[in-house]
Amino acid sequence: MPAPGTAVPGIGYHVEVSGLRITAPRPDSGEAVIVHDVSFAIPRGGVLALIGESGSGKTTIALSLMGHARPGLRIAGGTVRVGGTDVLSLDAAGLSALRGARVAYIAQSAAAAFNPSRAIMDQVVEAAVLHGLMSRAEAEAKAVALFRSLALPDPESIGRRYPHQLSGGQLQRLMAAMALVTGPELVILDEPTTALDVTTQVEVLHAFKRAVREQGATAVYVSHDLAVVAQMADRILVLNQGRVREQGPASQVLKAPADDYTRTLVDAARPAARPAAPAAADRAALLEVRGLTAGYGRVGADGMPAVPILRDVSLSLRRGGTLGVIGESGSGKSTLARVIAGLVRPSGGQVLFDGAPLPPGLEGRAKDQFRRIQLVFQNADTALNPAHTVAGVLGRPLGFYHGLDRAARERRVRELLDLTRLPAAVAGRRCGELSGGQKQRVNLARALAAGPDLLLCDEVTSALDTVVGAAILELMAELRRELGLAYLFISHDISTVRATCDEVLVLYGGTVVEAGGRDAFRRAPFHPYTDLLVGSVPELEPGWLERRRAGAPVPSLPGPPGAGLCRFLPRCPVRLAGTCDRVPPPRRRLSAGNETLCHHDEDTLMRLQATRAEAAC
Amino acid sequence: MAGTADMAAGTGGAATALRLVLKRLGAGLVTMLLVSAVVFTVSSLLPGDAAQETLGQSATPEAVAALRQQYGLDRPAPERYLRWLGGLAAGDPGRSLVANMPVAEVIAGRLPNSLLLAGLTAAVSVPLALLVGILSAMRQDSRLDRGLNIATLAMVALPEFLVATLAVLAFSVELRLLPSIAMVKAGAGWGETLRSLAMPVMTLSVVVVAQMARMTRAAVIAQLGQPYVEMARLKGLGPARVVFAHVLPNAVGPIVNAMALSLSYLLGGAIIVETIFNYPGLASLMVNAVASRDMPLLQACAMVFCGAYLLLVLAADVVAILANPRIRQG
Ligand SMILES: Nc1ncnc2c1ncn2[C@@H]1O[C@H](COP(=O)(O)OP(=O)(O)OP(=O)(O)O)[C@@H](O)[C@H]1O
Ligand code: SF4
Ligand SMILES: [Mg+2]
Repeated sequence: MPAPGTAVPGIGYHVEVSGLRITAPRPDSGEAVIVHDVSFAIPRGGVLALIGESGSGKTTIALSLMGHARPGLRIAGGTVRVGGTDVLSLDAAGLSALRGARVAYIAQSAAAAFNPSRAIMDQVVEAAVLHGLMSRAEAEAKAVALFRSLALPDPESIGRRYPHQLSGGQLQRLMAAMALVTGPELVILDEPTTALDVTTQVEVLHAFKRAVREQGATAVYVSHDLAVVAQMADRILVLNQGRVREQGPASQVLKAPADDYTRTLVDAARPAARPAAPAAADRAALLEVRGLTAGYGRVGADGMPAVPILRDVSLSLRRGGTLGVIGESGSGKSTLARVIAGLVRPSGGQVLFDGAPLPPGLEGRAKDQFRRIQLVFQNADTALNPAHTVAGVLGRPLGFYHGLDRAARERRVRELLDLTRLPAAVAGRRCGELSGGQKQRVNLARALAAGPDLLLCDEVTSALDTVVGAAILELMAELRRELGLAYLFISHDISTVRATCDEVLVLYGGTVVEAGGRDAFRRAPFHPYTDLLVGSVPELEPGWLERRRAGAPVPSLPGPPGAGLCRFLPRCPVRLAGTCDRVPPPRRRLSAGNETLCHHDEDTLMRLQATRAEAAC
Repeated sequence: MAGTADMAAGTGGAATALRLVLKRLGAGLVTMLLVSAVVFTVSSLLPGDAAQETLGQSATPEAVAALRQQYGLDRPAPERYLRWLGGLAAGDPGRSLVANMPVAEVIAGRLPNSLLLAGLTAAVSVPLALLVGILSAMRQDSRLDRGLNIATLAMVALPEFLVATLAVLAFSVELRLLPSIAMVKAGAGWGETLRSLAMPVMTLSVVVVAQMARMTRAAVIAQLGQPYVEMARLKGLGPARVVFAHVLPNAVGPIVNAMALSLSYLLGGAIIVETIFNYPGLASLMVNAVASRDMPLLQACAMVFCGAYLLLVLAADVVAILANPRIRQG
């Protein structure tokens, strides 16, 4: 038998796909080919990654390994063999016997793939019991063992919960348990960590890798994230528009890609640092936030809203500067942008724009203040009305803020399209007809139409593929040089922020735990949360996951931290008993110029993070 | 790590569900009160009154006034309303003016008939509707689905009197299988009762099955597109298992709601069927009460229909709440 991961031609492949062709029959014009003649083979116990941008056919191919085509698609040709079974020739009963028993699937969003109305355990053991592989009691015992090995809390009782009572990371691991409980010979993982925060992703990847290896299963790992794939796969297959561009051992594809397209992917995954804006420390602050407190719901007698989100947030952004705001989902990044834009009223603190205090909320603000601060939303799909033409979308702010007449508007629309590197012909198209990247450019153009000084960019590239996102970032850097714009750049991705912003601010639980120049975020010492964040970003290097300091799981603390105490306390691996849980942490300025909110001083942090610092050098 | 989500929520969930149910119940009672006011006002707007109706056109004004006083019809409206409401609450909705006996007794004579008809119709139509709805959802866009779709559409569109008349023509006149008059005789055996009720039940079922089947189909199809359904299929579950174990628990809410709406029609809306088959139910009683200006009877019938409707909706709400683990489990 060949060693796992080595492809010996000719013999002993566990999974063989050849000439796979999948089409989408169209009522009008014949059919569109979604997957063109794809072939690959995986030895038993090997892990093959399918990578490519959205729409490249990754999931479609992965599902065909189970003989499944989504509604509207048809497997039109080719063969799929799994352990000697010709999957595509199976009838309904044959497919039922294969799925869930011999081939298992882990879906992209466990939150959607679990049935909301049924307890977790029922769903986890269902396939095993129904396929007659084991009794319910045996299946439950095996499930509990898997829960334990996947490091889930309360393995004995977690199965009694319902999906809404669990976090995204927990559900993703429970889904892995559901897939593995029957002891399948092939596991398909479809972007299983894309919906997770980086810190959670690392834990889940660890757990997946161990569990799949313990089972000795063959795996297909679908992802758009090269760095994640580098950790999981022996071999990589690069897809683009339904065609195989390149396939080979993981290290070869990552280090010495043979194909141009693969090279673009690899380059986009390593964002190059952009030069900082021309030094202008002397320039006055354009935006200043002081002691901001904000949240949702009714403001109580104590001046705190029912759902407090931001606590005592201060920041400063100079004219033409870029400030990156990072933090995990729910940390309050979007809320911060909404408060500055006036969509959420702060319950305390002040926002100064160009030296003058901004009225809280929308009412008191002058038209000119609206014009100078523009918000670019996370999701261009929902921000643009698909039925409106691009010219209409761009013309509106031109008329509103600048009172341009028809001819002047048309001229300006052309200029804006040129500025955002869109062809002039786009003006007449409807927004719904544009690609994701084009939509985001129109979204930017619309904000630029007002002639702003400050753009609040909320995850502008998160919904885009790496390559397209990199092009948008490039465009934003050019715009900033040409127009002298200032950006408040919100992202959950620290590498993007480090590459694009001069200054970085880390939010955790609505508090600024660290802030400083971007260089301070390249090497230790960091705030303990920043350290966790930085250390969780996968590197484009096989073996990173194993080498990464195996942090002992932090015993969780009951309840949220008390008022004023460090918000990171429940998850902090280096908390000081007796101090962190009693005294609010102080702000300290470290020698690299960054400020942390932590009881540890610079030397201690340095010592605690020394291993990481060495590895980075 | 995201840590231990609160398991204690389970117990809080039962309390939440109970609180919700009580809230619905309270809202139902308030609705009943409002309805009673509307019923009372509207019925007092009808021209003519029972005294006039009882004595006929030729009665002397003095005789009519005397009878009015006897019935309490000369009191101011608010007073009459409060007295009536008090009586309702105590289970005594007054005297029927025409039958000259307590309304409660008049209704007690008819209600069982109506409940029997509604119950039998529900027993036939609910399973049938579920079957048709689920089957056509599972075979969405197949020939079967399209056929059932046309059939249910036609059933919704057909007027009841046409269905009833056709049924009489077919089963009584031509085939001579079933009696055309649905009398429930006291002491009749189950077999005979069922035979005599067959056609009314059939006619009513035609209408409600179609409505309920269409709603069921829509509710099931809405769920079939969810990712968890694809996941269930990829676990190798058969189509029946997917629908019954995965889809239905999530479609229960909308389905029972649709059922409650359709079934509430069976009490008050059975008027055409009761008339054609000469069936002594509540609906025809109420129509008679309108014709004879028998206000106490009319008002009581209206309240019974309204109460039945609210009860059904409440029951549907409770089922939907119990089926939803987000509420049940907090
Ligand atoms: N309208 C609202 N009412 C109540 N709570 C809200 C509202 N909008 C957001 N929240 C809550 O506020 C918190 C912060 O939300 P916010 O959108 O600012 O987070 P974020 O950092 O932008 O997260 P993400 O990375 O997922 O976009 C979350 O817990 C969220 O559930
Ligand atoms: S203050 Fe304490 S708990 Fe908070 S980050 Fe620092 S060490 Fe950790
Ligand atoms: Mg956000």
